[in-house]
Amino acid sequence: MRFSGWRVLREGLTGNRGWRPHWRDAAPKSEYDVVIIGGGGHGLATAYYLAKNHGIANVAVLEKGYLGGGNVGRNTTIVRANYMMPGNSEFYSHSLRLWEGLEADLNYNVMHSQRGQIVLFHSDGQRDAGARRGNAMINQGDDAELLSRADLRRMVPYLDYDNARFPIYGGLLQRRAGTARHDAVAWGYARGASERGVDIIQNCEVTGIDTKGGAVTGVQTTRGAIRARKVAIIVAGRSSQVAAMAGMRLPIESHILQAFVTEGLKPCIDHVISFGMGHFYISQSDKGGLVFGGDLDMYASYAARGNLPMVEHVMEAGMTLMPMIGKARVLRSWGGIMDMTPDGSPIIDRTHIEGLYLDAGWCYGGFKAVPGSGFSMAHLVATDRHHPPAARYRLDRFRTGRGLMDEEGTGSQHNLH
Amino acid sequence: MRITCPICGPRDRREFYYQGAAVAIERPAPDAGAEVWDDYLHNRDNPAGETRDLWYHESGCAAWIVVTRDTNTHEVMGAELADDAKAERP
Amino acid sequence: MRIAGKGLIDRARPVGFRFDGHRYEGFAGDTLASALLANGIRVMGRSFKYHRPRGVLSAGSEEPNALVTTGLGPAQEPNVRATTLELHEGLMARSQNRWPSLGWDALAVNDLFAPFLGAGFYYKTFMWPRRFWERVYEPVIRRAAGLGALSGEAVTQKYERAWAHCDLLVIGAGPAGLMAARTAAEAGADVILVDEDTVCGGRLNAERLEVDGRPGAEWAAAMAADLAARPNVRIMTRTTVTGAYDGGVYGALERLAHDVAMRPGAPLECFWRINARAAVLAAGALERPVAFANNDRPGVMTAGAVRAYLNRWRVAPGRNVAVFGNTDDAHRTAADLVAAGVHVSALIDARPHARCDLDVPFYAGAQVCNAQGRHGLEAISIARASGIEKVQADCLAMSGGWNPTLHLTCHMNGRPAWNPDIAAFVPRDGAIPGMVTAGACRGDFSTRACLEGGARAAAQALETLGLKAPEADIPKAEDSAYDIAPLWAVPGKGRAWLDFQNDVTVKDVKQAAVENFRSVEHMKRYTTQGMATDQGKNSNVAALAVLADATGRGIPETGTTTFRPPYSPVAIAAMGAGAQGKGFAPERFTTSHAASVARGAPMIEAGLWYRPSYFPKPGETHWRQSCDREVGYVRGAVGIADVSTLGKIDIQGRDAGAFLDYVYTNTFSTLKVGRVRYGLMLREDGFVMDDGTCARLGEEHYLMTTTTAAAGQVMRHLEFVHQCLAPKMDVRFISVTEQWAQFAVAGPKSRALLDDLLDAPVGDMPFMGCGEVTVGGVAARLFRISFSGEHAYELAVPARYGDALFRELAARAEGLGGGPYGMEALNVLRIEKGFITHAEIHGRVTADDIGMGRMISAKKDCIGKTMAARPGLSEPGREQLVGLKPVGAVKELTAGAHLFEQDAQAVSANDLGYLTSVGFSPTFGRFLGLGFLRDGRERHGEVLRAVDHLRQTETLVEVQDPVQFDADGGRTRD
Repeated sequence: MRFSGWRVLREGLTGNRGWRPHWRDAAPKSEYDVVIIGGGGHGLATAYYLAKNHGIANVAVLEKGYLGGGNVGRNTTIVRANYMMPGNSEFYSHSLRLWEGLEADLNYNVMHSQRGQIVLFHSDGQRDAGARRGNAMINQGDDAELLSRADLRRMVPYLDYDNARFPIYGGLLQRRAGTARHDAVAWGYARGASERGVDIIQNCEVTGIDTKGGAVTGVQTTRGAIRARKVAIIVAGRSSQVAAMAGMRLPIESHILQAFVTEGLKPCIDHVISFGMGHFYISQSDKGGLVFGGDLDMYASYAARGNLPMVEHVMEAGMTLMPMIGKARVLRSWGGIMDMTPDGSPIIDRTHIEGLYLDAGWCYGGFKAVPGSGFSMAHLVATDRHHPPAARYRLDRFRTGRGLMDEEGTGSQHNLH
Repeated sequence: MRITCPICGPRDRREFYYQGAAVAIERPAPDAGAEVWDDYLHNRDNPAGETRDLWYHESGCAAWIVVTRDTNTHEVMGAELADDAKAERP
Repeated sequence: MRIAGKGLIDRARPVGFRFDGHRYEGFAGDTLASALLANGIRVMGRSFKYHRPRGVLSAGSEEPNALVTTGLGPAQEPNVRATTLELHEGLMARSQNRWPSLGWDALAVNDLFAPFLGAGFYYKTFMWPRRFWERVYEPVIRRAAGLGALSGEAVTQKYERAWAHCDLLVIGAGPAGLMAARTAAEAGADVILVDEDTVCGGRLNAERLEVDGRPGAEWAAAMAADLAARPNVRIMTRTTVTGAYDGGVYGALERLAHDVAMRPGAPLECFWRINARAAVLAAGALERPVAFANNDRPGVMTAGAVRAYLNRWRVAPGRNVAVFGNTDDAHRTAADLVAAGVHVSALIDARPHARCDLDVPFYAGAQVCNAQGRHGLEAISIARASGIEKVQADCLAMSGGWNPTLHLTCHMNGRPAWNPDIAAFVPRDGAIPGMVTAGACRGDFSTRACLEGGARAAAQALETLGLKAPEADIPKAEDSAYDIAPLWAVPGKGRAWLDFQNDVTVKDVKQAAVENFRSVEHMKRYTTQGMATDQGKNSNVAALAVLADATGRGIPETGTTTFRPPYSPVAIAAMGAGAQGKGFAPERFTTSHAASVARGAPMIEAGLWYRPSYFPKPGETHWRQSCDREVGYVRGAVGIADVSTLGKIDIQGRDAGAFLDYVYTNTFSTLKVGRVRYGLMLREDGFVMDDGTCARLGEEHYLMTTTTAAAGQVMRHLEFVHQCLAPKMDVRFISVTEQWAQFAVAGPKSRALLDDLLDAPVGDMPFMGCGEVTVGGVAARLFRISFSGEHAYELAVPARYGDALFRELAARAEGLGGGPYGMEALNVLRIEKGFITHAEIHGRVTADDIGMGRMISAKKDCIGKTMAARPGLSEPGREQLVGLKPVGAVKELTAGAHLFEQDAQAVSANDLGYLTSVGFSPTFGRFLGLGFLRDGRERHGEVLRAVDHLRQTETLVEVQDPVQFDADGGRTRD
């Protein structure tokens, strides 16, 4: 079924009786060409691009809970391409270009809103580092603008320019950055993949990965064994557990990241604002809630919920930066489980087992990567060759030290990225 | 979250700095080889359940402590000085 | 309409207030909702999507409809629940999310288009043309959406945060909570009893129930008074426990001055962090509405709310009230109405076997299937076996049963269990470690059961604390059984609301199921069910039941939804209290701060410190003039700079030297006493962590300096290395950054200045020497080190002498043709010399990248050495530190520009490096820069393009050694 304004109109006039499932719930078959473990954004996108770009539709996406229940449905919905390290730079640039065509491609309104993101800086040193980044973005073919304090006052008058502990010197603006409706991304990819023949299987937990002679042969699940020529592990948040089924020990430590939304408010924040000194970022959803977040809770966890110290720190950052949001009330807080890697950048690679692939380690930047990750992972799984924009996301880079992508410069401590 | 410092007693989590898995106290020999060093610095068991991790009582007595914790429930089962934790090992 | 009787209002104290500009009167003790109802106002808000007129649904914080805006300017407060807003003199409330008025709202047109605006319609349209999303569709949607508005002005009212500690936290001061608190108090425990209401008592204040032979509200007040008199009990009313966190930590919001203007100086709200050794949750239960067509009409409210308005506020929400329910609560409501003299037009009990003792029109086994009256209920339709009957009513009290208020038990991922006997979810024991549940929040609904449960729960909690509960004396109270026939949605045509505020109807949930949003999480996210300001408190269970029905599953198989903190919304200003403006982070001031400010120096942030940017002189109009002059001081005479912000770590012990050999790449055990050495420190992953000098003050005594930025990190690192890696080493360290004020005295006349100032001449202290000196009789330390490339010293005195010393140094320097210099000059001086800061050692550079590869001693192990030898850190092709100078027509350099071959396009594939630091060098009369360039050391002499797209500059630069001034270091050593 094609979605359009006409369809909404027609259905409205005929009692909305014609709507159909957005995706087909399948029962597992005994064998697939490719089994994707993980029905999150990245897994579903990989399935979609396997079918669309590579004609591989005999694919199962296995999801232990409900699809899109992990980080794709728990993030602060920011989409941007403002990286500077070779590897990240080209990957996120590619991903953003995919975002720009996503609604047309999926025939699903994921509400990708290029409202612009401003990263503020608070010292000359930060401005210089921001300039290096902005120039790298432009070198990569993306957009970036350096904003002065006066520019900012015009664009975002509600920041505290006069009393903030860390004065606002200016900002780096990416106009093409913005937000998207996170859940819709998962649903849109699921629908697109399902329409192309992919089996989406919810409530199916993988309990083992079968190998023979160093090659993968299939998976064990709570709904029986499934044979597969290729298996892709795409389970950010649970990567270490699933990889352990294949005897792997990953360069990943799992951490909680909390996020917050306020009660609905009339429009007051038109951009995505990131606070360089306070690990704070905020935007306003189309429904009117302020959606914001901060840093990790900073201890390894799988609990997907956090504690007050970071909650309060995030609120403090909001209050010093934009004290006009003080009267907004936090309605809900939640947590996601982040695959933190030693350089803060992800992994899209083969493993030591033939036919077993790994897409993991997205730290807390995975949402904007969904299209790019799916595209590049599908390419890798289908062709066994690295897709150029993701070619640096190698698993062995930590051992060799080659091609590390430490955007923050904080080194090999997982939680510092 | 509260952690019981072996020296100071139960304290709020805010007083502590978290470093990572307690494996950090078992530094390999310089010639142990690339795999061993990669495991030491990068690869992690990352268990969903009981774990031992390393914290620093930064706003307290400056002790580095090994905390036994559950990563699913956040229950803190115990804490000992890093020095003692090291001594237990052969 | 106000009725006779006492209630909890003070009729002796009338209170004037305004709503949407009209003046009304209520009484002290009223909420805005009760006062408006008393004045006959039924429409108090508009719904989110369809902008339907809405009246009050509840009498508590879970209210989804009656949301108003209060205050003006920076005090403007959107989305305030009229049901909890305490009436006070001068209160001005306005309706919100309507235009132009509450009575006539243009966007109510959405209601007519409802067939096109069903669940998730926006995922299916607004996609074409692509550019229209940001330009047309989204702006329109954004403007239509949202509830109230922020003022856009910075908050000026006071908010606070505080800590509290207790043995037992009792959450909820209804019958269960009061009993729990008294039991614990008598056992000697430190008790905190909190309740979100203004008074203790919970439902007892809303019912005509008796406890211990007296009216329930009276009993509760007496209990509260008794508890308040005890030294080990703290009662916090107007306080909502918002979240349960790890380790017995609870978040709680106390509203102090919000609704009561009589506490001058008090903060509006205080956010508490309560550390409780144990807790009793006695949070009660929330009544649920029933879904039937047009059940959102103003005048339709929960039966419990009707009783609360009647009994507590003495307000009849209608003159002609119908009652509809599926438990005995319907009868209790009708009885209360009759007792209050209000006409009951119908009592509809969905239970077929129900019987009625009241003299009112009674419909057993019937259901209300529709409601009429757009701006206020006029009539209801009753479906019974015989057909549909229409009955006049201006208010409908409805009850679909009660949901235990178990939200806090879900905050640590606890999943409630379905109890079919009460058709509701109940908390599982142990969901929150240390918390016991009691009373209605665990499904015990009778008053007697609540009283008993409270005492029992306290006893249980006390046992874990090692305290013994006294024998409980349970007062007499009603103990009726709870008999419910589950009723979620009345079948029939028309839209039946589940989530009132978000306009989610039964149809929406069913449509979601058809579209395969069958998981409760999918349904919620697709329809927005439960995502309104009540977080589904009124509607989640019914929506779940409708979904279960639509998908042919039972309720427990369909799932539960997760309740997450906060229990009720908390202002950002409360949880972030104290951080506004400068409160966000501590401010650190050097001892020369006042003197620098007195000299007109702009003070800039350096980490948490403030340092002078430059010291302007009369006539100077641009910072560059000052900077150039100050550079000249150092190069030509003598300059003074406060360098106290650098981290200073005192290191002592037999193994101090060996320890330093382990943490620095180079060797310190061989350093002679009285000498200083530059040291480079790596992280264990082989990249540079920090650099600085380290002086040997004695055989077993060193003083390490770190950069300002990394002082904390280095201290932590040293402790880590010592305690975790080398515990057997005999070494101790302590930060002395704050104990010493230290000043650079730099320039050719520095020695002359010091010879004159110090109690004894400097003598022949060699470069990189150090020693103890006295200045004006004060013991001081002198280091002959230089960050400027000049003959220079750093003089350190105990911090209490810092201010005096700085003033003296600056004055003496001025006497020699120099003076104080700030960060700008300091930066230029170090760039001229190729000295690095964290602009260069930004966490991604190796020792070799900055030309210090040979500082990693081959003779010993050190932190980072092994990993620094990884191929990726040691192979050719890495970016190396270089100096850069402009050689073309454009003379300006900008930090952050990237480097390219002259004939190469400025794109990523051709990127060779970037500039990290630049400054105008008055010494050379041109800009100088430092940067990183791929294989840069082999490229000295090459001319490249530095391209800064952002600043739209492009400069031809020549690559050279980073040390651009006095390459052989003669000036430093002389």
